[in-house]
Amino acid sequence: MSASVIELQGVRTRFRDQLIHDGVDLVVPAGEIVALVGGSGSGKTTLMRHIIGLTRPEAGSIRLFGEALHAGQLAERMARRRRFGVLFQHGALFSAFNVGENIAFPLREQGVASEEEIAALVRLKLSMVEMEPTHAALMPAELSGGMVKRAALARALALEPELLLLDEPTAGLDPDRSAAFIELIRTLHRQLHLTVILITHDLDTLAALASRVAILADKRIVSHDTLERTLALDHPFVQRFFHGQRRRAVMSADGEG
Amino acid sequence: MAPRIAAASIRAAGARLELAGDWSLNSLGQDIGGIRRTLAQASASTEWDLGAIVRLDSFGAILIWRAWGERWPAKVSLQQQHRRIIERAATIPADALPRTAPFGPRAAVVALGDALLGFVDHALHFIALLGQLFLDCIHLLRNPRQFPLAEVSAGVYKVGVKAMPVAAMVGFLIGVVLSYLSSLQLKTFGADIFIINILGLGIIRELGPVLVSVLVAGRSGSAMTAQLGVMRVTEEIDALAAMGVSRSQRLVLPKVFALMLAMPLLVLWTSAVALLGGAVSAWVELGLAPSFFLETLPRVVPIANLYIGLLKGAVFGLLIALVACHFGLRVQPNTESLSASTTASVVSAITIVILADAAFAIATRTVGVVA
Repeated sequence: MSASVIELQGVRTRFRDQLIHDGVDLVVPAGEIVALVGGSGSGKTTLMRHIIGLTRPEAGSIRLFGEALHAGQLAERMARRRRFGVLFQHGALFSAFNVGENIAFPLREQGVASEEEIAALVRLKLSMVEMEPTHAALMPAELSGGMVKRAALARALALEPELLLLDEPTAGLDPDRSAAFIELIRTLHRQLHLTVILITHDLDTLAALASRVAILADKRIVSHDTLERTLALDHPFVQRFFHGQRRRAVMSADGEG
Repeated sequence: MAPRIAAASIRAAGARLELAGDWSLNSLGQDIGGIRRTLAQASASTEWDLGAIVRLDSFGAILIWRAWGERWPAKVSLQQQHRRIIERAATIPADALPRTAPFGPRAAVVALGDALLGFVDHALHFIALLGQLFLDCIHLLRNPRQFPLAEVSAGVYKVGVKAMPVAAMVGFLIGVVLSYLSSLQLKTFGADIFIINILGLGIIRELGPVLVSVLVAGRSGSAMTAQLGVMRVTEEIDALAAMGVSRSQRLVLPKVFALMLAMPLLVLWTSAVALLGGAVSAWVELGLAPSFFLETLPRVVPIANLYIGLLKGAVFGLLIALVACHFGLRVQPNTESLSASTTASVVSAITIVILADAAFAIATRTVGVVA
């Protein structure tokens, strides 16, 4: 399994007059957990929206699983989208459905599994994210922040994707919940042989999860390497981001992870 | 580049079942019927060969586990990683997901009770809103400088001025149609002249206010409900309250005042245009000169009717704004509730306006009518 899951080449994005990305290159091999790091407004979420095909860059190519993202017939493009799962920053659970229906929704759309099998799969996904079957009846509005993230993760995992994209998975969680959620993602990564891309501002999350760190600065990926080697990098953004007051915390977390 | 994995396949060789390829939800979907049929043929003595499976997901594992009758068969060969996946599928908690109870007689009684209690709840909340509005008015009388003049003015522009074109078009056409149909009947009795009485009384007293109410409820009432609803969902209303700003004073009161001011003006405008339409139609159909129409109108329609029409406009405006705010403030944070509340707001506003109109008709039955 050495094939690359994501290949970005020369991606350029422009919002009106503002150039966001100019020549972003990134190759993510299968099985990696890559943290995408960058300052606010550096276009991390925009890049993720490119990868999942919600927006198209002005120039450059995006390949997922070795195929061009926008190639082929509608059915092929839709099949490609079912091979990745996305955890949006605020969960994006369907507010009119309860948790169980939210998780069952992508399964039902496929029209393959019977209702009984879907119920079993929903139970399985709930137990994967460490939620109780009784939680299936709750509405998204009744969930706490951590539960929303778990339920959204369960929905993202519903079709057993090969690639998981997480936008700020631990934002808005207290350190305790955040640590539990990180552990959960790590366990799932091991069990399901996932490739994970995560966007984060949280150094603890990054240190605990990422096998590689991609730094988005100056409108392109300036570094894509292990955390240790990233820390040694002499780039103003890296210096500010990693070597501020929080340096000690990261280093100690790195020692444990 | 990842080579394409062959689709899921199953092959029976005597008492032996050979499973191969991609046993994941996406791939199994291509021929799920055939695979289910073959799996169903298996018996306890079947020998299972899963060695050629390339990919297995939870759905595939559940499918296989159920084909095995939920226990490990005597003769099975498979890869270690796939064994773990099937083991995981086997540990799915048995307690079923909470189910909604089927609809029966008991559920019907409960639903009826819920509806009744819900209605009482709505009525209480509505009265509380009215009371709060009253208290706000007293507060503003004491502190006139806090009056939200800018909001009221913006509201009058939004619900009044911007509604003028559509109100004029609807009013004119209704006037034309009403006048044409009435004059056809009146002509047969030779009572042409009474078209002015009919149009004057009907439009100024009844049709104008009700027509405008329906328009405004659909146009502005729904917008108010949706706006307050989204503000509730995004916690903007809580933010206002946290700043010590009264939500009723800053959000409800300006809307009510704006509608109470704009509605009579809209009623006046729409009635005038509807009468113009009626006059044009009467001129064409009956040959009544517009100048004669204008001259006769004040003689046959007492001025009290105009006052009633304007008063109705103000009261209907109050009701529409209150109903819209009432439903807007009760929106739950989900999309379903927002759409249901907006619908309920428009339907309730129109219903309440018509009820109020009936009450008006009874209360003013001796006023402004020439016997």
